[in-house]
Amino acid sequence: MLDIKNLKAKLDEEDKQILNGINLKIGKGEVHAIMGPNGSGKSTLSKIISGAPGYEPTEGEVLLNGKNLLDMTADERAKEGVFLAFQYPVEIPGVNNGSFLRMAYNAKQKYQGNKELDPLEFEALLEEKLKLLNMDPSFLERSVNHGFSGGEKKRNEILQMLVLDPQVVILDETDSGLDIDALRDVAEAVNHFKNEDKAVIIITHYQRLLNYIKPDFVHVISKGSLIKSGSKDLALELEEKGYDWLVEPVKA
Amino acid sequence: MSQKKIEDIANKEYEYGWKTDIEMDISPKGLNEDIVRLISKKKKEPEWLLDFRLKAYRYWLTLEEPTWSKVNYPKIDFQDIHYWAAPKKKVTLDSLDDVDPELKRTFEKLGIPIVEQKRLANVAVDAIFDSVSVATTYQKKLLEHGVVFCPLSEALENYPELVKQYLGSVVPHTDNYYAALNAAVFTEGSFVYIPKDTVCPMELSTYFRINTEGAGQFERTLIVCEDNSKVSYLEGCTAPAFDTNQLHAAVVELVALEKADIKYSTVQNWYAGTPETGAGGIYNFVTKRGKCIGKGSKISWTQVETGSAITWKYPSCVLIGDESIGEFYSVALTNNFQEADTGSKMIHIGKNTKSTIVSKGISAGKSANTYRGLVQINKSAKGAENFTQCDSMLIGSKCSANTYPYIDVRNSSSTVGHEAATVKVSEEQIHYFEQRGIPAEEALGSIVNGFCKDVFDVLPTEFAVEANQLMELKLENTVG
Ligand SMILES: Nc1ncnc2c1ncn2[C@@H]1O[C@H](COP(=O)(O)OP(=O)(O)O)[C@@H](O)[C@H]1O
Ligand SMILES: [Mg+2]
Repeated sequence: MLDIKNLKAKLDEEDKQILNGINLKIGKGEVHAIMGPNGSGKSTLSKIISGAPGYEPTEGEVLLNGKNLLDMTADERAKEGVFLAFQYPVEIPGVNNGSFLRMAYNAKQKYQGNKELDPLEFEALLEEKLKLLNMDPSFLERSVNHGFSGGEKKRNEILQMLVLDPQVVILDETDSGLDIDALRDVAEAVNHFKNEDKAVIIITHYQRLLNYIKPDFVHVISKGSLIKSGSKDLALELEEKGYDWLVEPVKA
Repeated sequence: MSQKKIEDIANKEYEYGWKTDIEMDISPKGLNEDIVRLISKKKKEPEWLLDFRLKAYRYWLTLEEPTWSKVNYPKIDFQDIHYWAAPKKKVTLDSLDDVDPELKRTFEKLGIPIVEQKRLANVAVDAIFDSVSVATTYQKKLLEHGVVFCPLSEALENYPELVKQYLGSVVPHTDNYYAALNAAVFTEGSFVYIPKDTVCPMELSTYFRINTEGAGQFERTLIVCEDNSKVSYLEGCTAPAFDTNQLHAAVVELVALEKADIKYSTVQNWYAGTPETGAGGIYNFVTKRGKCIGKGSKISWTQVETGSAITWKYPSCVLIGDESIGEFYSVALTNNFQEADTGSKMIHIGKNTKSTIVSKGISAGKSANTYRGLVQINKSAKGAENFTQCDSMLIGSKCSANTYPYIDVRNSSSTVGHEAATVKVSEEQIHYFEQRGIPAEEALGSIVNGFCKDVFDVLPTEFAVEANQLMELKLENTVG
């Protein structure tokens, strides 16, 4: 479903290469975990896929069902079904969270030639999703992420995911900074969401999220390269031994 | 995508930049006593008004063009302007059916139908074309309620005493350079009179259209609201895209008697000049002031300023009556090479008077946006209160925003509150929208509208949606 081919990338403003040719195939219904030390390029990979400003792909392609995402605008990628739960969701003061959700939902509906929903219809659609995440409807009245706690921001990301029902989701350290209850809510929501038609990429440092959402594959990225892939047992091994044993031989 | 994304700013092509071809009666360029006399004669004015004009003109001659504001523009050549431009065909104001079809079409195209049904069914419109009013709708219906809504020249014929009593009573010709100029050469404007105990049954609106190249527009609006009465008035404006800059110097005077309530809203969309250099835009130098004379009276200014090359404007309230209230809600958007120096003055004189200033300045492109405000609380204004909030939003990194809040409190029982914030629209915010499927332009529109919400919320509902759309148009191509 998602096919990352020899992807190289750098920052807009610097020549320093951050991704050095990543190859990764993610099939329908699969869950992939991506792990690796801080600063190894995990977020950069997700931002290149989402089309974030400041990052520039220099080689390779990212195919979603055969279409190269890198040729599309960021909003087209989203409407084609790519969803990124940001590691650090940005605050947007003055923009109502509920309206934002509906705007996003309707943008996709329109793109797909489906009916757009009015505020009442949309409220009905939200109700069950809020419940699933144990979120109070008062969240919708606030500005997008504005003054939200770290945990609230992450729940809000997952709420957006449920509303937009994307094909490919990338969760960039969605588990970082979550307490136990929030972690469970988020994990349950992701499990509820995923099915044989979805692909899920989980970027994480910890086994605890992977205890809830079982990955089919685990990859390790270091210094912009994918250095190891394995089964879910690799994550357990990493939890125990850290990354050094993998990274050291590269240095040697 | 790069840093350029937000900075790549080009105005959407100005929608109202076309010109109407119609036979015009235009005075020769230049300003002198003969021109002042000519205007007065064309308008068949009484002697006192000609004296009013000449006094103002002679005073104006003694003044220097002010230079204290932040705006930069080449010196205006006042001899290079036509001070009178009117359609040749005599306009009879008795029936809307008699309005020249060409002018009807012009206003139709501007979205201001000069007919008494259609879209703006609950809004009476005075349509002003260069130096004259071409039509005023719903006059009869309003008169049934005792409400007078007509061009100033018509008011001079029918209500000379009222005009004489109030004209220049709020903004005297000695007030400032442009007020003096306006008093000398004003040609048209609207007159509104709301009698006692009357809530005006409709929104009143004047639409100003500049059409003649090289002509200045100097209108003068006067609104008088008697005891326990209420009116909401809206002004809109556009001009063709010419190569040379044009001068617009208006004066607006509001008079609120006991418990009177005047709401004055402006949606200003004068031609801003070319996006590349700013050439040809309107110079908008306006003096707007209201006097809350009566106890418990209220004057509220709401403005959405999106056009003009240069805007220089400080709608103000003089709070004389005890417990009177002054409000100023403003959105000023500048893009490309536009410059705005705008704000408000609240002069507290009566006891327990209250004022609120909410200013939202948005700068994009290479524009400069300045808030300048004065809150003056006199010794007599015991228990007065003011709250001021002036926020700036920067889009891109080549624009600028400045705020100059002056506060002058002369008694100890008054309270003054001031809040200010500057926010920058980040690419990260835009990308957040995009990642959820919302294109960059809609994203920016949504962020800007959120920023302006406090002001849009107080616009008359008929115009809030339009203001919203106008902002979005103005910011088109600001990102992308
Ligand atoms: N916007 C940026 N400005 C400067 N350096 C950046 C930026 N984004 C990423 N980097 C650098 O690129 C490398 C990879 O960062 P990132 O993708 O965030 O790593 P990870 O998510 O794996 O912790 C790091 O060295 C980081 O400092
Ligand atoms: Mg990261």
